[in-house]
Amino acid sequence: IGTQPLRSDNKVTVHFFNRDGEKITVKGPPGDSLLDVVINEDLDFDGFGACEGTLACSTCHLVFDEEVYKKLGPITDEEMDMLDLAYGLTDTSRLGCQICLTKSLEGMEVRVPESVADIRQSKDGSS
Amino acid sequence: GGRGKAFSSSSQNVHISIVGGGPAGFYTAQNLIKARQDVEVDIYERLPVPFGLVRFGVAPDHPEVKNVINTFTQTAKHSRCNFYGNVNVGKDVSIEELQQAYHAVILSYGAEGNRSMGVPGEDLAGVYSAKDFVGWYNGQPTCQELSPDLSCETAVILGQGNVALDVARILLSPLDVLKKTDITQPALEALAESHVRRVLIVGRRGPMQIACTIKEIREMVNLPGTRPEMIAADYEGVTEALKDVPRPRKRLTELMLKTAMETPGEKEQERRNNASCSWGFRFFRSPVEVLADTNRNRTAGIRLAVNKLEGSGEAARAALTGEVEDVSCGLVISSIGYKSLPIDPSVPFDFRKAIVPNSMGRVQQAAGIYCSGWVKTGPTGVIATTMNNSFDTARSLVEDIDSGVLDISAGKPGSQSISTLLEKRGVKPVTFSDWEKIDNVEMKRGEASGKPREKILTVEEMLRVART
Ligand SMILES: Cc1cc2nc3c(=O)[nH]c(=O)nc-3n(C[C@H](O)[C@H](O)[C@H](O)COP(=O)(O)OP(=O)(O)OC[C@H]3O[C@@H](n4cnc5c(N)ncnc54)[C@H](O)[C@@H]3O)c2cc1C
Ligand code: FES
Repeated sequence: IGTQPLRSDNKVTVHFFNRDGEKITVKGPPGDSLLDVVINEDLDFDGFGACEGTLACSTCHLVFDEEVYKKLGPITDEEMDMLDLAYGLTDTSRLGCQICLTKSLEGMEVRVPESVADIRQSKDGSS
Repeated sequence: GGRGKAFSSSSQNVHISIVGGGPAGFYTAQNLIKARQDVEVDIYERLPVPFGLVRFGVAPDHPEVKNVINTFTQTAKHSRCNFYGNVNVGKDVSIEELQQAYHAVILSYGAEGNRSMGVPGEDLAGVYSAKDFVGWYNGQPTCQELSPDLSCETAVILGQGNVALDVARILLSPLDVLKKTDITQPALEALAESHVRRVLIVGRRGPMQIACTIKEIREMVNLPGTRPEMIAADYEGVTEALKDVPRPRKRLTELMLKTAMETPGEKEQERRNNASCSWGFRFFRSPVEVLADTNRNRTAGIRLAVNKLEGSGEAARAALTGEVEDVSCGLVISSIGYKSLPIDPSVPFDFRKAIVPNSMGRVQQAAGIYCSGWVKTGPTGVIATTMNNSFDTARSLVEDIDSGVLDISAGKPGSQSISTLLEKRGVKPVTFSDWEKIDNVEMKRGEASGKPREKILTVEEMLRVART
């Protein structure tokens, strides 16, 4: 009767596209954030996750396909606030440290956007 | 860095020196070490302690922002990176001497100067620059004499960037929040005695041009014990203007509109009624003169010129209407920006923009010299901005090695010859493991009072601890 599936079978497959457009396929356990996955799998995305998942930077900015984006769950004001600083913000952008893996995200594709200087161009205090 | 590293410096390596141990210095080093296995990087920092504005700028109640220190520490401990604190480049060692010892010099020394308002009364007691005020509560050794007078009720902050909002928040934050941060003990004690109850944050232009980011405004809106004090007329026409602006500006403006215009719900109304402090933006105003009290030695108020906007959007200009308005206040903090200073006559400097002139981090007309961080871009943006522009500079340098523009054929002695020079001059660098002693002592002292750290406030004591 029903053999216990292998531990790795519980894991969720994620296909990242790095800044050069290269596809990197990895797996992570449900509950882990996409930032956890990037760190645990030692993915080399320059500067990714500078504030270590505390919603104080926007370096974990990721872009999703529309259908996947809809499945990602609600977004808080605080996440939107940090996202607003991300370069190349899109309608389907999220912060990787706020997205947790679930089985329903199996096989999703995630793009690491270009990381040129962020949008805050105005000088501090010069308004 | 420093002692006990397995890696032994080789004359075949590419030797690179970095001036300044802030985010720009560390991010540039990180990228260079990763890009080429033959690169060795030495970071020279004026203070005995690393991390620049992450330690001395970032607000004490933003500990998450300081997590970047973990990555910097990894870089500093890399076998091909060394940290030399307590070395003032331009004084203890010249740029020319660094050029002789290294294949390339990267300037990452930040923006340590201050823009002044240039108005009468600026020197009165009770007027401070945000740079000094921030340095004071964050333990910058040169700012500890400030002991600002907080005996008045109203404070006026000139400028509406994130630094201005940091200062406003620190002035009004409940003490039990601050006392769990790494704010200095003298600052905590002064704030405990503070009489400041009302903070006005003044800007030349309107709500659509405000320079701070939404996170900082939301923190003010949610700050316990405070209520917003806005002027509804300032927001005239703003709703209509919001239609065609990008999402970040739109969300930020909507938050201000909501705060200023909407009738709050019952709970929020009660919160506001119970608040003992208030804060508010004052738009369309420029400082004209700081007004003295009758004894002519202390700040009693500020005269503001009333502006109108010419044009719209980000490019709108503030033009004088000829009207003025006086605001009573005992404290004026000018937060109109940091600026970089020239380091050495041999290095080009753009005095108008207050940066080292460069293209993609290559200093103009100065082969072998590069720059990154605020000295490259001017004092704008967050740490992530500094990170990206530092990576760009590292990329330029690596390109120049690959293309032969940067000549690495001659062997260079690197830190060896600089150490000899410094020793002759009686300068004793602080290594990264020395810093870790300071770090440990600070964390231990903090633990005793329930803080993440209690910063050491003088260079002398830092050096003493480093050398135990
Ligand atoms: C008040 C304030 C609050 C901020 N808060 C935030 C925040 O919450 N989040 C965020 O993302 N960003 C924040 N920032 C922005 C962030 O601090 C900067 O983006 C970043 O520090 C710039 O890095 P830098 O290395 O160019 O300059 P710095 O951090 O200033 O580093 C320059 C280093 O060079 C050293 N140096 C100077 N002269 C010499 C010399 N002659 N020889 C040797 N060394 C020298 C200095 O001692 C310093 O350590 C804040 C900035 C300020 C001013
Ligand atoms: S890691 Fe900084 S916001 Fe996600």
